[in-house]
Amino acid sequence: MPLADGVSFDLTFIWAFLIAFAVLVYVVLDGFDLGLGMLFAVERRRGDRDIMMNSVAPVWDGNETWLVLGGGGLLAAFPLAYALILPALYAPLTAMLLALIFRGVAFEFRWRTERWRSVWDIAFIGGSTVASLAQGIALGALLQGIDIDEGGRTYAGGWWDWLTPFSLTVGVAVAIGYMLLGATWLIMKTTDGLRERMRRRAWFLGLGTVAFIGIVSLWTPFLQEGYYSRWFQGWGIAMAGFVALAVLALAALLFRALHVQRHDYWPFFISLAIFALCFIGLGVSMFPYIVPTEVTIYEAAAPRNAQIFMLIGAGILIPIILAYTAYAYWVFRGKVDPEAGYH
Amino acid sequence: MLASFDAVLLARIQFAFTVSFHFLFPAFTIGLASYLAVLNGLWLFTKDHKYLDLFRYWVKIFALAFAMGVVSGIVMSYQFGTNWSVFSDRAGPVIGAPMAYEVLSAFFLEAGFLGIMLFGRDRVGPALHMAACAAVAFGTFFSAFWILSVNSWMHTPAGFSIDPQTGQFLPEDFWKVIFNPSFPYRLLHTVTAAYLTTAFIVGGVGAWHLLRRRRRREEASAATRTMFSMAMWMAVIVAPLQIFLGDLHGLNTLEHQPAKVMAMEGHYQSYPDGAPLYLFGIPNDREQRLDYAFGIPKLSSLILRHELNAPMAGLDTVPDADQPPVAIVFWAFRIMVALGFAMLGIGLWSLWARWRGRLFEDSGLHRAAVLMAPSGLIAVLAGWITTEVGRQPFTVYGLLRTSDSVAPLAAPAVGASLIAFIVIYFAVFGAGTFYILRLMGRPPVFDEPRLKDVSDGPIRAAGITPAPEQTSRRPQDPRKGE
Repeated sequence: MPLADGVSFDLTFIWAFLIAFAVLVYVVLDGFDLGLGMLFAVERRRGDRDIMMNSVAPVWDGNETWLVLGGGGLLAAFPLAYALILPALYAPLTAMLLALIFRGVAFEFRWRTERWRSVWDIAFIGGSTVASLAQGIALGALLQGIDIDEGGRTYAGGWWDWLTPFSLTVGVAVAIGYMLLGATWLIMKTTDGLRERMRRRAWFLGLGTVAFIGIVSLWTPFLQEGYYSRWFQGWGIAMAGFVALAVLALAALLFRALHVQRHDYWPFFISLAIFALCFIGLGVSMFPYIVPTEVTIYEAAAPRNAQIFMLIGAGILIPIILAYTAYAYWVFRGKVDPEAGYH
Repeated sequence: MLASFDAVLLARIQFAFTVSFHFLFPAFTIGLASYLAVLNGLWLFTKDHKYLDLFRYWVKIFALAFAMGVVSGIVMSYQFGTNWSVFSDRAGPVIGAPMAYEVLSAFFLEAGFLGIMLFGRDRVGPALHMAACAAVAFGTFFSAFWILSVNSWMHTPAGFSIDPQTGQFLPEDFWKVIFNPSFPYRLLHTVTAAYLTTAFIVGGVGAWHLLRRRRRREEASAATRTMFSMAMWMAVIVAPLQIFLGDLHGLNTLEHQPAKVMAMEGHYQSYPDGAPLYLFGIPNDREQRLDYAFGIPKLSSLILRHELNAPMAGLDTVPDADQPPVAIVFWAFRIMVALGFAMLGIGLWSLWARWRGRLFEDSGLHRAAVLMAPSGLIAVLAGWITTEVGRQPFTVYGLLRTSDSVAPLAAPAVGASLIAFIVIYFAVFGAGTFYILRLMGRPPVFDEPRLKDVSDGPIRAAGITPAPEQTSRRPQDPRKGE
């Protein structure tokens, strides 16, 4: 079984795990507040919008810092991968960064002005939408493969290579998934009309998410030979079947929690589980490659002394950061008080 | 060939633009963080309310400037890969680790102490709050430490070997990488510049409010007078120190990057018996001479070699392909030095006014201080341009050329992103600067409102988790707590 090839608990593997972990934390954390930003478009009432923003106000910026950690960590631990992937994803990544700037300041400036509020609201919706789509497109473009020159150290493709039907599909998939996270987050954090509307939307978004997971999962193995053999041959079939069943089971649980039990908390956590499962599936598809089917984590890894030097800092600081983040979420647990808040 | 040159130039302009915008915010906040820690310490120590008012006044501005620094910094951490991918591949094994430390320390600071400093005074008690202020001040310094170490390594690479197969720089000794030859000088010169930048902004704001009160024939508040006085003390003490440190840094540059110093001095030719210090001239790269030059004979040799007749090599000893563009370096250097001496002048003027007991009455001084408020920011940028353009045509000095560092991107791609960056940066950071100026345009008042009481503004920085305030921001007695 190819999965077992080259798996050893060495420094390169640890760093690949750490960076994957930072990206996963980023995706689930910033995912729900980006999704919430897109849902702003359909909640037009001022009071509801205020509550929505207040529900993420204390945490959204902390969420975003994981993105910096992912980028900085990739440069430090896998410089070759950083050098190959980022130019290939030039347009979507640049769009994402600019969208995140817009969205970040919209968060702050919105409360400053009456006259310009609608403008900043549009910046918030637009920034969240562009950033979500761009992240999905970037993922799709990475999965479909990157053109590398013969020397194996430079990107050889054009600046529109990322744009394919597949990458666009993944873009839409990620945006819908983020909206599911955002809607279920709001079910957890709000009450009354807003919560009930989100409950209805969460169901449609959940269906959409599962449908897109299906489409992308069935499409991916046909992009590259490596994916196909991993999922559709030997033990891969069993594994693929198991993942498919797990996603369907989670979808059933989501429906039950949303509409049968009418639970406030579980839908969000089930949605997180769906994301985590997809992420693990993604890891199974890619491992041991960091640039799919071209460069493995071992080929791209920084030298051993650099890995050790960084691991000291990461080993001390990341647990503290995680503990602090968990504490911040714990302090803010429960429903948003419509009276209190940002303004 | 032309197309590839254009892509390199566009990528350079984009990097220069985004990093310059970014650099302005930390240049201000590094000093401001220390100033806030000092104010908080003075408040705890003396219990004089003006220090608390000043703390509350400047912490609002700090939060906003820090937020913009973080947001513009996210772009930087990706730009190394998107636009300078070959550089990232080659130098990544060496500089990646210190850069990761920069990210981690900044991240840690943002996630933890900043929230306590901004919002936590009445939650955690004065001692822990003071510790948080000190940690933020130290943390901003620590962040600068790592990023300047990386930057210095690009100027004076050390502690590495080169992999003959891949061309990658491999770390041999991280101690030597971090403490490379130009790092101590660059760190001290840059951090001191940040302190001066903050001092002149604070002084300018103080002077502005002194002038306005005077026009209305009102007494300026104790807080306003204190902020002006403290800023002027900083100018007196730090400006000469900075000139001294700049001289040391210059001598270090002469040792390791002589071509940069030649460009700074406008020395196209060698001077076998004493080089002049040019005060003015139009660099002419094509003819390799300084047009309309006006200089003081032998002074350059005296400054750089401490000897009137010391021979100085010129750019005629450097191959054309290895020369930096002279005009930019020459002028940026002069702007920086001129502003440095102007700062010293303001410091001395304030000392004279203070001695005569007219520090708060000398409106000439106040007008000059208002005019000089942005001088630190301009000087920091000019100094940055001097050293970075002086490093050209290399990214890793002497070893990796800029033209060989760039990502393989088509010129239209970089051109399009550059336009997007320019438009969005001016819109977004223009709005942010407008809000900062609006905060500065209001004088500090007795019992200055706290940050959390006015937190309807753009004050929530990236990473700030103003933890428990969300649930308790109901109207309350403003004097409670603190």
